[in-house]
Amino acid sequence: MKRLILMVAALALLAAACGDSGTDTTAAPTTAAPGTTAAPGTTTAPGGPCEEGETDGDLVLYNWTEYIDPELIDAFEAEYGVGVTEDFFTSNEEMRSKLQAGAAGYDLIVPSDYMVAILAEDGLLEELDTGAIPNLGNLDPTFTGLPFDPDGTYSVPYQWGTTGIGFNYELGEPGEDFPATWGLIFDPELAGDNSGLITLLDDSRETMGAALKYLGYSLNTTDEAEIQEAAELIREARANLATFDSDAFDDLLVAGETLVAHGWNGDFFAAFDGASTDDYDAYEDYGYFIPDEGGVAWVDNMAIVADAPHRCTAHAFINFILDAENGAALTNFNFYASPNAAAEAMIDPEILEDTSIYPTDETFENLEFIADLGETNALYEQAFDEARS
Amino acid sequence: MTTRAGLRPRGLMERLLAAHGWVVYVFFYAPIALLVVYSFNTGNRVNTFQGVGLRWYRAIGENEPLIAAIQNSLVVAIVSTVVATVIGTATALALERFRFRGRRAYDAVLYLPIIIPDITMAAMLLVFFVQVFQPIGINLSITTISISHIAFNIAFVAVVVRARLAGLDPVLEEAARDLYASRWQAFRRVTLPLIMPGVLAGGLLALTLSLDDVVITSFVSGPGSTTLPVYVFGLVRRGVTPLINAVSTVMLAASMVLVFSSLLLQRRRGT
Amino acid sequence: MTAPGTPATPGLERAAARATARRGAWLAAPGALYLLLFFLLPMAILVVYSFGTRTATGRTLLEGWNLESYRRLFDDVVVRVMWRSLWLAVLTTVICLIVAYPFAYYIATRTARLRNLLLVLVMVPFWTNFLVRTYAWRVILGRNGPLSTVADWLGFADVRLLFTETAIVIGLVYGFLPFMVLPLYASIERMDWTLLDAGRDLYASGWQAFRRITLPLTMPGVIAGVILTFIPSFGAYVTPEILGGAQTTMLGSYIQSQYLGVSDWPFGSALSFVIMALMLVGTVIYFRTGARTV
Repeated sequence: MKRLILMVAALALLAAACGDSGTDTTAAPTTAAPGTTAAPGTTTAPGGPCEEGETDGDLVLYNWTEYIDPELIDAFEAEYGVGVTEDFFTSNEEMRSKLQAGAAGYDLIVPSDYMVAILAEDGLLEELDTGAIPNLGNLDPTFTGLPFDPDGTYSVPYQWGTTGIGFNYELGEPGEDFPATWGLIFDPELAGDNSGLITLLDDSRETMGAALKYLGYSLNTTDEAEIQEAAELIREARANLATFDSDAFDDLLVAGETLVAHGWNGDFFAAFDGASTDDYDAYEDYGYFIPDEGGVAWVDNMAIVADAPHRCTAHAFINFILDAENGAALTNFNFYASPNAAAEAMIDPEILEDTSIYPTDETFENLEFIADLGETNALYEQAFDEARS
Repeated sequence: MTTRAGLRPRGLMERLLAAHGWVVYVFFYAPIALLVVYSFNTGNRVNTFQGVGLRWYRAIGENEPLIAAIQNSLVVAIVSTVVATVIGTATALALERFRFRGRRAYDAVLYLPIIIPDITMAAMLLVFFVQVFQPIGINLSITTISISHIAFNIAFVAVVVRARLAGLDPVLEEAARDLYASRWQAFRRVTLPLIMPGVLAGGLLALTLSLDDVVITSFVSGPGSTTLPVYVFGLVRRGVTPLINAVSTVMLAASMVLVFSSLLLQRRRGT
Repeated sequence: MTAPGTPATPGLERAAARATARRGAWLAAPGALYLLLFFLLPMAILVVYSFGTRTATGRTLLEGWNLESYRRLFDDVVVRVMWRSLWLAVLTTVICLIVAYPFAYYIATRTARLRNLLLVLVMVPFWTNFLVRTYAWRVILGRNGPLSTVADWLGFADVRLLFTETAIVIGLVYGFLPFMVLPLYASIERMDWTLLDAGRDLYASGWQAFRRITLPLTMPGVIAGVILTFIPSFGAYVTPEILGGAQTTMLGSYIQSQYLGVSDWPFGSALSFVIMALMLVGTVIYFRTGARTV
């Protein structure tokens, strides 16, 4: 009896540990568990082309929180007669970890620019069947051929925006009453004035990026010394921080719990809008600015997970979002800028004119996109993890 | 115990202890009272009162994912409690009343699910399910959640029942056997009633642990099989509305009804 | 256990013993098999992982076993997080013990009816979702919360406990106090009060009676309570996540970020197992030196 149990256990263990290595090709270092998919460079044999509007079951969408209008989801469900299940993540790395662990069942994900490159290299993304996405033509040409996915093989732009500082007007006007700098968080003196009332994003590339920009470096540097310097800065800044938060940083600001918050522009504006009532305009109490040293500009994209159970429905969803009206509804909901040229006509003019949402060319010069740094990615992640623990 | 009343702490000590008791109860209930009060807030923000009403209670009914999560929670809790209580009780009996090879080792192993950090158990179960279950077609779902809950609940139930068993004098069971009761009869009519409080306590603990579990469930649940605590955790981290307050008030009311009705039942049976 | 009428043949006795042992084994089998398949096996897989390496993209490479992850356990970061978690867990346990003992004693010395009612009243909050109770503290401890308002009245400027270590301890104490109260109560309630009576007869003062009679007699309850409170506090994840801030990463969060953030499964696994091993050893030692279980 005992021997039988031991044998079964050993067999299972063996199967688990070695089971999947066989499917890897030599293009990538042989990886074993967890979760294997085809190696990079090889085409995942798709289940055949999808027709426009074809669906194959309910969609499972893995998205950032508060990023899509529930009404849009309802509209999609109604138009295509399928259900949509949503799951949420708060950082690219979390999403990547879940995918790598093999949490199967996700069809459509919304990774940021650099993460698309990482996921594609890891073989986690499926090649898009552009025939099923005729609305691709709606995209603004500036958003085609982006460096992380030059041929648009794996991704379609979703929304884009900037990362900066949301603040309480109690502090005054940025640039006049206080310097519009990342020093508000990283300079011991400036931060000390608001000690315990500051939050940073819990996001390795974003927060390290802010620190690097403050120090005057590129946020895509591969110089180890610079990276460590940034990590050190973050560790010291903790003394004045309330917490690291990528979820509720906007709510904390609007609730008066914090005065300075590192975060994404659209999230802030959506929160300000949500807090405003007929008698009260939250925009008088709270604002957003991009520090003088510059910051991050980013593009989030829709991508389909390799071996997604419902890839055709996923394609249909991408096409649905690219529709001019839906693209406009998206922006009007989450206050982020749309890469959809055709949607512009239907976007709320106040949003179009807001330079915090649609930055001027001048501002843009100071901004950098986060890039995939290959091996150095891990360095950023680990340095940040240590700095924040 | 007649002597106990005579040994009650007197005078000042008694008053101090009573006062302390009151303070502790206030400590226990203040946050809950706050939760309940704010659940009637019709505004969006949780700390500022904007009006009184049942808005958020109605919202519960309209929130499909929430209702699905509640259903999932209940199913998982009941299934895992029943299975774990049965297996856990059997295990406790085996360890406490019998000697067999590997008993010591089993004893030690039984403590592992109790001392293991939730995260670790979550990660290892995730890897296990993905590697072993998914290839044979069982995806992350209520099934995997239930399996996980049973795993840690067996240990907790076993510990509680063992504690009860340890306090029992085996003389009673022996007496039953002396009176020619078969082993099964002795078990059913003597042992089982005697350990029943322990079994119930263990079952209750298992139920609570299952309903409260966040970390393990969030790792091993697939999209669409969320349980209530995982859903609430997501809400708490994202931006809070009094919806959570309303949900918790309902849960509180439900559990109070459950507890008091079971107390009444016990009184009636004259335990 | 002497059966009535000891058999003359030792062989028969041994056969009976073996039969009993087999029955015991059968009883224990379902639990053993279940835990073997759904606990030990997954644990073994993770142990294997702890010897692996993290690839550049966050996957786990199993070729080339190494002890790198274990070596990293001595890094400053890890030591810092461990000490912080240990300190907060100890603090929580001590506070729980000090608060719970008089409380349990009080309940145990009421009349039977009152006792049951009081116990139920302790359990009821325990019955609301743990998460939700912790979240209530987030509201209370916030900058605009009730606690802050009261502190303002009393003249303390700008008190904000949220996102501090104090907040975590409050949350942990609140969550685990019942775990301390119940075993203590069980132990105190079962105490042989005649011994206390005898002590009084021998002119022991209240305090002496407590120190020399009550406390030692209720030690099993104390031990059980301490273990049930310390262990979950040490590895706590939810409470520090909700109430803690930038200064206070605890072990649970740290391990979680290894699995789901940095995606370094070998390191996360190595850390988890060392913690588990330490706690197992600690528990065993504590049990042995402290006496019988409750």
